Amino acid sequence: MQSVPRAGLRRLAMIAALALSAIACGAQQASTQQAKQDPGVTSSEIVLGATYPLSGSASYYYAIAKGATAYFKSVNDKGGVNGRKITYKVVDDGYNPANTPGKTRELVEQEKIFASFGNLGSPTNTSVRDYYNENRVPQLFVFTGASQWGGQYEKYPYTLGWQPDYQSEAKIYAKYILQNQPGAKIGVLYQNDVYGQDYLNGMKAGLGDKASLIVSTATYNAGDPVDMKSQVTTLKNSGADTFFVVTTPAYSASALVAMANLGWKPKIYLNDVGASAVTMLGVVKTLGRSEAIDGMISSQYLKDPSDPQWANDKGIQQYRDLLARYGDGCEVKDNFCVAGMASAFTMVDVLKKAGSNLTRKNVVDIAATQLNESDNFLLLPGITVKTSKTSHFPITQERLQRWETDHWVPFGEVVSSRG
Amino acid sequence: MTRVRGAPLGVLGAAAVGVVVLIGIPLVTDTFTTFEFANVAVFVIALIGLNILTGYSGQISIGNGAFMAVGGYTAALLIKKAGVPYLLTIPIAGVLAGLAGFLFGIPALRLSGIYLALATFALALALPPVINNYERLTGGNGGVILRAAGVPDFLGGALSNEQYLYYLAWSLAGVLFVFARLIIKSGTGRAFMALRDSETAAVASGVSLAYHKTLAFGLSAFYAGVAGALLAILSRFVHPDTFGLPLSIALLTGIVVGGLGADLGPVLGAVFVVWLPYFAEKTAGLRLGGVVIPGKPDIIYGAALILIVFLAPSGVAGLLARAGAAYRGVRGRAVVPDLLGGPLVVDPIAEPADEAQT
Repeated sequence: MQSVPRAGLRRLAMIAALALSAIACGAQQASTQQAKQDPGVTSSEIVLGATYPLSGSASYYYAIAKGATAYFKSVNDKGGVNGRKITYKVVDDGYNPANTPGKTRELVEQEKIFASFGNLGSPTNTSVRDYYNENRVPQLFVFTGASQWGGQYEKYPYTLGWQPDYQSEAKIYAKYILQNQPGAKIGVLYQNDVYGQDYLNGMKAGLGDKASLIVSTATYNAGDPVDMKSQVTTLKNSGADTFFVVTTPAYSASALVAMANLGWKPKIYLNDVGASAVTMLGVVKTLGRSEAIDGMISSQYLKDPSDPQWANDKGIQQYRDLLARYGDGCEVKDNFCVAGMASAFTMVDVLKKAGSNLTRKNVVDIAATQLNESDNFLLLPGITVKTSKTSHFPITQERLQRWETDHWVPFGEVVSSRG
Repeated sequence: MTRVRGAPLGVLGAAAVGVVVLIGIPLVTDTFTTFEFANVAVFVIALIGLNILTGYSGQISIGNGAFMAVGGYTAALLIKKAGVPYLLTIPIAGVLAGLAGFLFGIPALRLSGIYLALATFALALALPPVINNYERLTGGNGGVILRAAGVPDFLGGALSNEQYLYYLAWSLAGVLFVFARLIIKSGTGRAFMALRDSETAAVASGVSLAYHKTLAFGLSAFYAGVAGALLAILSRFVHPDTFGLPLSIALLTGIVVGGLGADLGPVLGAVFVVWLPYFAEKTAGLRLGGVVIPGKPDIIYGAALILIVFLAPSGVAGLLARAGAAYRGVRGRAVVPDLLGGPLVVDPIAEPADEAQT
């Protein structure tokens, strides 16, 4: 065996060193940041990020991020938050939890975000909740109404929801039923997953010892053919006189049409998830009349830009102005744009409160325990975004609304089911 | 030319540089890059397996992602539900997936060429919904979330979590690389290649068709299973869509781009599979002020793919070998499998000469 010549060795070492330094340069400079400051914050910038479906069948949710971006831009044009401009980086996870962990790593470790804000979806956010909390990176105001976001604060203090959770909403209907229909016989149609079960559990909890008012349930799976006829028949035949519909928009339409065609005339409660006015107008058009769903009850916490009562509202006017300038294709009547902008308002509120103490720890503490925001220009009057040491659900109030011919009409007071 | 035990010095030198670079990557890069290169090792392992099946034995598989699913879910569920130590789940996952592959190989005996490809395609298509359906066992659409593997105590805090996973993944890849090479250089490997080049001739020479085809499937699935388990441990999350059709297609793309039937093919293919989508997205994403506008990374990915296939029909490994051969002024001829027809002679890929050994 012949020994390798020394010159050869030196050359090999040099090639290896060159290759490594090339990789090291390709990777971004890592540890050059100042020691004390959390990543993603400089004297002139705050970097936020989010995972969203930018492609694929769920990409209509992207409007939420666009609504938020429009608000951040308007804040930046007025000088930012304490002189810092907000950069909002949105990456595509296709609403597929298999993609979310990798995209989240990219945001946190490569893009060096300070915090994530508004990540979309229940399964997607669940897949990265451990990662965010172990690395102490805020996972703020996630866009999903599952009750686990506020209910597991002790275990996941860096994670927080924003919108009213599904259980709270169901409890509001339960309260209304107990007051107005104490002898109701309720049939529940729900999507068989965390989302649907959250509503069902909320209804049961809200009814308390009257939970036996629920006389029947029927389910479907997300992705099933959109035909609810057999489920609705089951509920009708159970003798129910009240129909609690826990379905996403396409299935809501199918269920209501089936109900009308079967000649069933129950009192209807429709979850907010499937209650967009656009969907209901489709039902009316299909049936050719609105009597079957007139008087149907649902709930709302945001101002609806197509509701005539807000036509001259200052908040909605500001919303229109901001979309016109920074909207990037966000449609005025799209409720998702409203939700995104309203949540961005809360985010800015938190950053303002943090002032010069812009650490991840301080920001999540403010968001999860010290929020008290009554001036959000896109929430219904009377709704406060509020958290405390004992409650970590930012929005718990909603207002009931009733369907009349071709639009929703809010009624009653703003109601809450949590403290 | 200087040789050390039969291998040309240039090959040894390149290997040495490769090893030094691999050891050095986690020491000079950030956690994200380290983690992504750990993922490269996962794909190296999966692609070595696919190379045995498709590159050396000539059986096209568009379904190896399904075997990765078997391995990934085996590891994840053993860890989550039975508390089995992380490292122990890797061989179990490999063996179970290997068994699945062996069993799949039996009906596959009746199929060849494009029909076999379709059968494996069906496997890749059907398995994720099946996993999704058995929600109580598999967690369904919620997936299975794992705790961090944790760096073993005996390392005394010398390595970060990412660095540990990186070295773990590459050590396994190294061992499995050598193992695959030993098989390919053995009588079994020659039987694989004989079947690839002409089934009739191979059988006439006494090669057992049934034995070798099912063995190739089993081996390939074993590698996929180990890769799946490692992927689960690295990403700490498995979901039916983690192992969907796109993964199976990425594997096939990776091995073709890397170089079918070439030793280095899986390594080059893995770098491609992990990093090209990332760069495609970076290139496509436009930044205007504070907003990132996503472009169409798929178009860039596709364009890069077409370019590579045109410029390097025998894969990047073939391109490198050709460049090396040109540099040395050596002319040789090597056979690269044409999966749909007879052997295709590509000119000139110089295999490291083995004549010094017998």
